[in-house]
Amino acid sequence: MLEITNLKKRFGEKEVLKGIDLNVPENSIFGFIGKNGAGKTTTMKAVLGLLKADEGEIVVAGEKVSYGQNKTNRYIGYLPDVPEFYSFMTAPEYLKFCGEITGMCAFDIKKRRIELLDLVGLGNEKHRIKGFSRGMKQRLGIAQALLNSPKLLICDEPTSALDPVGRKEILDILLSVKEQTTVLFSTHILSDVDRICTDIAFLNDGVISIQGTVAEIKEKYRTQEYLLELEGEENHEKILNKFKSIERNINNQLVFKDDKENLYEVLRFIADNRISINKLENIEPSLETLFLEVVKK
Amino acid sequence: MRTLVAFIKKECLEQLRLSKLVILGVVFLILGIMSPAIAKLTPWLLKTMSESMAESGMVVTAVEVDASSSWLQFFKNAPMGLIAFILLQSNIFTKEYQTGTLIMALTKGLDRYKVVISKILVLLVLWTVGYWMCYGITYVYTDYYWDNGIMQNLLFSVGCWWVLGLWVISVMVLFSTLVKTNTAVLVGTGGVFFGTYLASIVPKIKEYLPTFLMDTAPLTAGAESPDKYMMSMIVTIVTAIICMVLSVFVFNKKDI
Repeated sequence: MLEITNLKKRFGEKEVLKGIDLNVPENSIFGFIGKNGAGKTTTMKAVLGLLKADEGEIVVAGEKVSYGQNKTNRYIGYLPDVPEFYSFMTAPEYLKFCGEITGMCAFDIKKRRIELLDLVGLGNEKHRIKGFSRGMKQRLGIAQALLNSPKLLICDEPTSALDPVGRKEILDILLSVKEQTTVLFSTHILSDVDRICTDIAFLNDGVISIQGTVAEIKEKYRTQEYLLELEGEENHEKILNKFKSIERNINNQLVFKDDKENLYEVLRFIADNRISINKLENIEPSLETLFLEVVKK
Repeated sequence: MRTLVAFIKKECLEQLRLSKLVILGVVFLILGIMSPAIAKLTPWLLKTMSESMAESGMVVTAVEVDASSSWLQFFKNAPMGLIAFILLQSNIFTKEYQTGTLIMALTKGLDRYKVVISKILVLLVLWTVGYWMCYGITYVYTDYYWDNGIMQNLLFSVGCWWVLGLWVISVMVLFSTLVKTNTAVLVGTGGVFFGTYLASIVPKIKEYLPTFLMDTAPLTAGAESPDKYMMSMIVTIVTAIICMVLSVFVFNKKDI
């Protein structure tokens, strides 16, 4: 749906994007992850033709994006990080305006407007946008982005400024539109990514360091790491004395990697000494550890 | 075409809901009434002041007031109307840059030139309606008290100021596409106007400059014919059109 090849952008001395390659497959919810200032917004603005890239090519739905012209934007719904609306309008008026400038017919505008305002929970809102809360603006932002049934929905940190309730609402909405459109959203809140994304890419230091489906990446970076919890503190001591590379974590559980201590050796020792186990778990790498690892590199 | 109409509709709604329309209406209404009112009140004012002036040795003779006094006031008030208009509308682009509201519209596939054209159209219509309404009010009142018939080239003189207004607005639009802040637009527009005004000190080019259109007194008195103003008129209209066309191109390449 969206293909970026070798995208480069420099602001004065600072090279923000050093050749980004990104491929967003159709009908995915694509999490675009990176630190603050990593270049997520810059990339998105280039996709929208709002920013002139120094080098590289961007293709949306098979059409090349060119700076200053908005042709490819008819396939795209965009929600900026802090969406700003004409505050003198009401929510239905704003959506009508959006529909008209997109060239939708009056009948469609009316139909979609009612559908979408209900979807984002602003169906009964009669006030002007001036008095809207951040969460309400964000929801109206999604409604306007979805108005012309775009093939690609781009959201720039849609949840960053919201409280837990507002975040959940936005994530639920994004999840519910998955069938109709491809979603690309940037974020640095990894729990959000875990909750709804099918694909992810890490942007770090101007390049994409990891990219793929969430399941693939988790599989690829899975380490044979185990967490062990035993009955009785003295048993923890016994194990720690016997196996030198096993460590205690902050919750007083034991952690070890399979390449240093053989799991079966440990289990044999436990069986021989008749120690009862509370918990034995193969630890899945969290996106957070992955992210930190990527950033550290 | 429909998208252009939609954006124009938005501009109109903005003018209405942000009370700009009302403010402009009131300003032009007051200016329109003020010109004949001041002319009418001048003899009375001088009479009440004559006693104190007599004490300081000044002698006030009977002052004759006619239509020309009223129109003299009108042309003195015209700059105030234009300045009020520019001050009120100078943020028509910059406010959208600062809040980011245009990004939403442009990312929906709205052509950039339509943004500029809509705003220019709205500005020109507002200036035209406001200014000529002001003229109409002055005309009716002046005709009621005195006789407009004694004025020479009245419509042309009033038209000079109208064209000058269009020119200043086009300069303002061009600066609005060049810079990002409201202050910069005002400084730029004011700078160009003041620069032109200064340049008109040079007698050789004076008659070719837009600021020459401000000098309407000899016209209404019949001392000069409109022909003398034609060059200035043409230069003003041509540069205004150039500014507007240029602003479309500048806006097409602007980082928003």
